Amino acid sequence: MITQTKPTTQEIAVTVNGQEHSLVVESRLLLVHLLREKLGLTGTHVGCDTSSCGACTVLVDGVPLKSCTHFAVQVDGREVKTVEGLAKGGELHPLQQGFHEEHGLQCGFCTPAMLLVSAALLEENPDPTEEEIRWALSGNICRCTGYQNIVKSVQWAAKKMKETS
Amino acid sequence: MTAVETEHKGWLGRSVKRKEDARFIVGRGNYIEDIKLPGMLHMAILRSPYAHANINSIDTSRAMELPGVVVVVTGDLLAEHKLAWMPTLSGDTQAVLATDKVRMQGQEVACVIAEDPYVAHDALELIDVDYEPLPVVMTPQAALEDGAPVIRDDKEDQTDNRIYHWEAGDAEATEKAFAEADKVVQLVTHYPRCHPAPLECCGCVADVNPATGKATVYMTSQAPHVHRTVFALVAGLPEQNIQIISPDIGGGFGNKVPVYPGYVVATAASLLLGRPVKWIEDRTGNLISTGFARDFYMDGELALKEDGTMTGLRVKMLSDQGYAFADAQPSKFKAGLFHIVTGSYDIPAAHVVTEGAYTNKAPGGVAYRCSFRVTEASFFIERLVQTAAYELGADPAELRRQNFIPPEKFPYTSATGFEYDSGDYEPALDQALQRVGYTVLREEQKRAREEGRLLGIGLASFTEVVGAGPSRHYDILGIKMFDSAELRVHPTGKAILKLGVKSQGQGHETTFAQIVAEELGIPPEDITVQ
Repeated sequence: MITQTKPTTQEIAVTVNGQEHSLVVESRLLLVHLLREKLGLTGTHVGCDTSSCGACTVLVDGVPLKSCTHFAVQVDGREVKTVEGLAKGGELHPLQQGFHEEHGLQCGFCTPAMLLVSAALLEENPDPTEEEIRWALSGNICRCTGYQNIVKSVQWAAKKMKETS
Repeated sequence: MTAVETEHKGWLGRSVKRKEDARFIVGRGNYIEDIKLPGMLHMAILRSPYAHANINSIDTSRAMELPGVVVVVTGDLLAEHKLAWMPTLSGDTQAVLATDKVRMQGQEVACVIAEDPYVAHDALELIDVDYEPLPVVMTPQAALEDGAPVIRDDKEDQTDNRIYHWEAGDAEATEKAFAEADKVVQLVTHYPRCHPAPLECCGCVADVNPATGKATVYMTSQAPHVHRTVFALVAGLPEQNIQIISPDIGGGFGNKVPVYPGYVVATAASLLLGRPVKWIEDRTGNLISTGFARDFYMDGELALKEDGTMTGLRVKMLSDQGYAFADAQPSKFKAGLFHIVTGSYDIPAAHVVTEGAYTNKAPGGVAYRCSFRVTEASFFIERLVQTAAYELGADPAELRRQNFIPPEKFPYTSATGFEYDSGDYEPALDQALQRVGYTVLREEQKRAREEGRLLGIGLASFTEVVGAGPSRHYDILGIKMFDSAELRVHPTGKAILKLGVKSQGQGHETTFAQIVAEELGIPPEDITVQ
């Protein structure tokens, strides 16, 4: 007989992109799998399984968090934002426009997390220097672009947001 | 040309915003892990902790008892279907799942297929493998020593670890050039193994329909057409019933050229079970087992006249191929490195020897634009020319300029027999030097040295053999390279372009649409590139 214990489950309530969800999940379910598998939000990607690459970053109560190394139960009662929640009413977030305008992406795998981390930065610091942008994005790896255009994309968005605010 | 045509044209040479961005910036890309099919099962791979070991037994009974586990696939099960081994891109063999022996750390030993990915991973811990560790061979030098353990003892005619010995050029003429040389410059170097590490690991969803026999394999493939043929060869499936679908790829860099055991086992499992099987590699699996780049030991020397004119090149290379020879080496051409080992320089005599050896490491060799080992050749000749500049006290830019193949010599046949169709290198060098402000940099370097600071300036010139070339000249396993395009124009004037090349983020959907737009005079947004 198998001696492994049956996985325990837990009920959680979480708000994702403004929508409230109540679900029963395995206690060991990773946050990234809650989002991708249970809620169908596949814009959050798994790159390294170890918090190193940042592709899985989402915002929890506005703060960037690497969802591949957090359990779903850790966001019980909290508010999560994923890339799917960035555009409002069919209009792209200035950062989404900026990444398109400044060629801030190639294969697109790191892009959702780059957008979210940048959104958190601009929320806190609407007028960041290049160094501040690079520091904010230092937990996110891009293997295609060499970062130059990602920085320009964030600068483009910061400028746009300042003009329209 | 009429005015109307002129008005429509002009899509090349201007900045067009990328068509593919729209889905990526809102999180609606379609990567392998995003694909879900009805009734889909999940696969996880058990990997060997040893680099070289006999497998005395594999006991899967505890794993099979775990609720949710459908089947545990081992090498013995695959062997019953003649699937335990598969061909590599260079015609060697590689294990799909180990049977008698593991030959590298991380080698695939067994696969669990389960209803849930967490359960599949749980079950890996319940597989009991009895290993008997063997002496390990970690370098090609050690591999070629007398008495080294023979790694590929599965191959009947393999009595040592030697894979190949190839030569190119004229040994005698080169000997003469060195005998007459005023100056000989030597270089000993190791271009170490490195890993492409795309942000997205490998994976697939294999879906073999038991009613139609059609195999649809969604996979992280940089070369889906070649892979269709390889799947036909490996699995014995009729090629017309195989469709390889490569959706969005999260970076490739050569990592997604080889056919990995995970793809094959998932497809075999889907065939046996009649249900779709998904395999998503984890980062550890990716780093430990997938196709590497480089790992070439390169020794050589350059013969020069007193005035710096290059007269001869002699190179000896030894490559660490891991436990299977898996370079995407074109069979007609032996090693691509021969073609450009003389670089952009007019060197009248050259002789090159390359050898390959088996070691207890992962196979590969295709990554980072080095399928044909072109990068190794470039690295070597440029390091050697740089060394020559140091030893002669010459300016490295001027030594290169002096020895470039002059424009009037094209088409130029190199000393190793490769034809360079066209070129004019000096203006390119001039432009590069001017753009970086070379003269100013040299002055800055001089000042820095006087202040006791070290400031280096690197130079390299590179004549690239682009891509794999047209299929009539380049070939892998006799299946050509599929550089092709098919354009369909609909009655409404919109078009679909089907390409034989696969984007890994380069923006094919935009750039190829621009080319068609330029030619047909319809805007890029009316052209879908597949």
